[in-house]
Amino acid sequence: MKEATAAPRRPVETGVPDPFPFMHPKLKKNYGQWAWHDRPRPGVLHHVAKGGDEVWTVRAGTQRQLDVHTIRKLCDIADQYAEGFVRFTTRSNIEFMVSRFEKVPALIQKLQAEGFPVGGTGNSVSMISHTQGWLHCDIPGTDASGVVKSLMDFLHEEFIKEEMPNRVRITTSCCQVNCGGQGDIAINVQYTKPPRINHDLVANVCERPAVVARCPVAAIRPAMVNGKPSLEVDEKKCVCCGACYPPCPPMQINGPDSTKIAIWVGGKHSNARSRPTFHKLAVANLPNNPPRWPEVAEVVRNILYAYKNNAKDWERLGEWIERIGWPRFFDLAGLAFTKHHLDTWVGARHTMNMSAHIRF
Amino acid sequence: MEYNATIAPRETRPDLSWPTFIMGLASRAPSATGNEAAMSSDDRKAHPTPHLDQLESGPWPSFVTGLKRLRDAKDKPYAAMMNDLLGQLEQSYSERMGYWKGGTVSVFGYGGGIIPRFSEVADKFPASKEFHTLRVQPPAGFHYTTDILRKLCDVWEQYGSGLIALHGQSGDIMFQGCTTENTQKAFDALNKIGFDLGGAGPALRTSMSCVGHARCEMSCYDEIKAHRSIINKHLDEMHRPALPYKFKFKFSGCPNDCVNAIQRADFAVIGTWRDDIKVDQDEVRAYVAKVGRKYMIDSVIAMCPTRALSLNDDDTLEVDNKSCVRCMHCLNVMTKALKPGDDRGVTILIGGKRALKIGDLMGTVVIPFMKLETEEDYQKLVEFAGKVIEFFAENALEHERIGETMDRIGLPAFLEAIDVDPDPNMVRHPRTSCYVRTDDFTEEAEKYFARKARAAATAPPERAPSEAAE
Repeated sequence: MKEATAAPRRPVETGVPDPFPFMHPKLKKNYGQWAWHDRPRPGVLHHVAKGGDEVWTVRAGTQRQLDVHTIRKLCDIADQYAEGFVRFTTRSNIEFMVSRFEKVPALIQKLQAEGFPVGGTGNSVSMISHTQGWLHCDIPGTDASGVVKSLMDFLHEEFIKEEMPNRVRITTSCCQVNCGGQGDIAINVQYTKPPRINHDLVANVCERPAVVARCPVAAIRPAMVNGKPSLEVDEKKCVCCGACYPPCPPMQINGPDSTKIAIWVGGKHSNARSRPTFHKLAVANLPNNPPRWPEVAEVVRNILYAYKNNAKDWERLGEWIERIGWPRFFDLAGLAFTKHHLDTWVGARHTMNMSAHIRF
Repeated sequence: MEYNATIAPRETRPDLSWPTFIMGLASRAPSATGNEAAMSSDDRKAHPTPHLDQLESGPWPSFVTGLKRLRDAKDKPYAAMMNDLLGQLEQSYSERMGYWKGGTVSVFGYGGGIIPRFSEVADKFPASKEFHTLRVQPPAGFHYTTDILRKLCDVWEQYGSGLIALHGQSGDIMFQGCTTENTQKAFDALNKIGFDLGGAGPALRTSMSCVGHARCEMSCYDEIKAHRSIINKHLDEMHRPALPYKFKFKFSGCPNDCVNAIQRADFAVIGTWRDDIKVDQDEVRAYVAKVGRKYMIDSVIAMCPTRALSLNDDDTLEVDNKSCVRCMHCLNVMTKALKPGDDRGVTILIGGKRALKIGDLMGTVVIPFMKLETEEDYQKLVEFAGKVIEFFAENALEHERIGETMDRIGLPAFLEAIDVDPDPNMVRHPRTSCYVRTDDFTEEAEKYFARKARAAATAPPERAPSEAAE
């Protein structure tokens, strides 16, 4: 590395910034003193403090991958129609806080006019949490921003309304590392082929013992290939997870014919009613079909509306399935149940039906 | 104004008709900025982006339109970079492959926080050959003034690509698209206005906390204080990665767990309370009058997971607080009538992570309740966090998350190492396997009863039921 000519600047290790200088004055004043809230309409929260102070929050969707022009446009809206203070939700929605209800209608109108959907509150489909994908990740099987844009275009109607039985949290992930996390509906890359190995590069690029250790099913072993130290994969054991690819890029897991998309259902992070749950496989092997991923959108739509039309109020998607049972879920969603839905990993027996409870 | 907030009445609607833009039938949308003609007069022509162009139609804000605006900002240093970035992304869309590889880029004094990206197709797209990300820690709770957001934009226009993600899955502000040369300059400029790099690699990672105390009546502790106290005490572990693998904290103010801590954090701090739910019986009656008795029974009473609720004949609510598990359902539905109790603190769950390598793990309860009110209480939390990080640093294998360490050595050994006593709140049920040696069972039982006696001596007096119901 080239040495800088001037003395290098030492970082000031300030860590997590103090948010109070950036916090709306009403929020700061009533910190820890809120009494109750309600939602006057989708996209608007109304919070009342113990002392009687009120604050209205207008929530709008963004594209998360924001260019500075869009951020400045949001700032202009916050300065002109709100009070100069914003915050973001964990799902990349932006929130504008105002201290008088009278400001809310014009703020909503302005946001909508500028193309920012107002919603994402209560029992809506909020913004999809997404990852980096082809735009910036080093191991992606697909794009993230494009999948999310495509899905949110048709979910937009459900974002701006609160007509779902309960909130719906959708996630996407561009490989099986699953940075997008658990979701009521999770749209994740699922590889279908073992890695293709470039044996000329392995010895120079990869720390071989570390790669062997990374494999969850011990399918990788050191080998000499064409006189060069390399690695080989027992393809009968390989579960095509792609875990070897990040530490060893010559073990290419991505490929136009092997990078498929699976949809998982019933993940839930809240403790409300039932304990938190992981999502479960609904369907695999959907094509990775940019720029609009229509096959994925179709399945998501079928699952979402089967839920919307059949679940009781306050049932999350997984809780609804828990009530109606998996046979009926697969029927309603129009999906097949296959041997691949039977878990084979550690603890699999606990996922089986060990009772005579059968649904007909 | 008519509020109908807590229940959103739902009517069955026919499925939405299928919009044509989803099916990829939409004709290529014109660039929203409309200055492709202007581009052609330039010596560097805009790469054609037929796939990406299709992502400009539809009602959701388009990241492609944003990227094109950066490409078309001819007076800006990043315009060429963003043109080539779009070119590479278009190639990914047509070939279905990614073209970034990692490497080593850092700033002076730090070993992490930069995600280096070098293009594998730089011969075709030289201007975005280097496209690194700076992970920067946001203000806890994601609060911003427009003034500070504009300053962040200005820095990133000067040294970066103009593309910022608010926020990444880790909770960072991601300043995406920086050359190796500009990385130090961009960091210096951000650092001068009060921002610091986040975590990457085998290190303490950037944390997240929910909106909490700032605007939520469910919040049971000061999330910002806990978040900043713990992370800022251990910045060395973040900035100079030396842990066996990543370590994440997340802070949720109540069991709704809005930042998804139990599933995604090695150390999840979840607000809770141990006295009774606060019930405003007048508001309960008002709620029943509004939604009807059937709805109240079906959607509140019957949905209580431990059958701890009962509707009295006079439409008031009876709560069996000893059976309540603090799931939050009834509080979420009846936001005016019900509130968390006053004796507040946190539950700590350790070991959450996704699949790699032994499979998904949720955090499991290690501290059922820790009072969190006074300075001293917060100090205890920070000390406990430090103890767990230290255990992880010394005992985890390389590339092993703490949840995997816990599984490998077993919960009893883990608890002993961090000096925590076993508690029935740590299990869904006691062991079912008989493969265990129990010759010191009696001594362990004596310790349990001794602990119970000590706790009873220091616990606050139980309140009479009438008092609890206010």
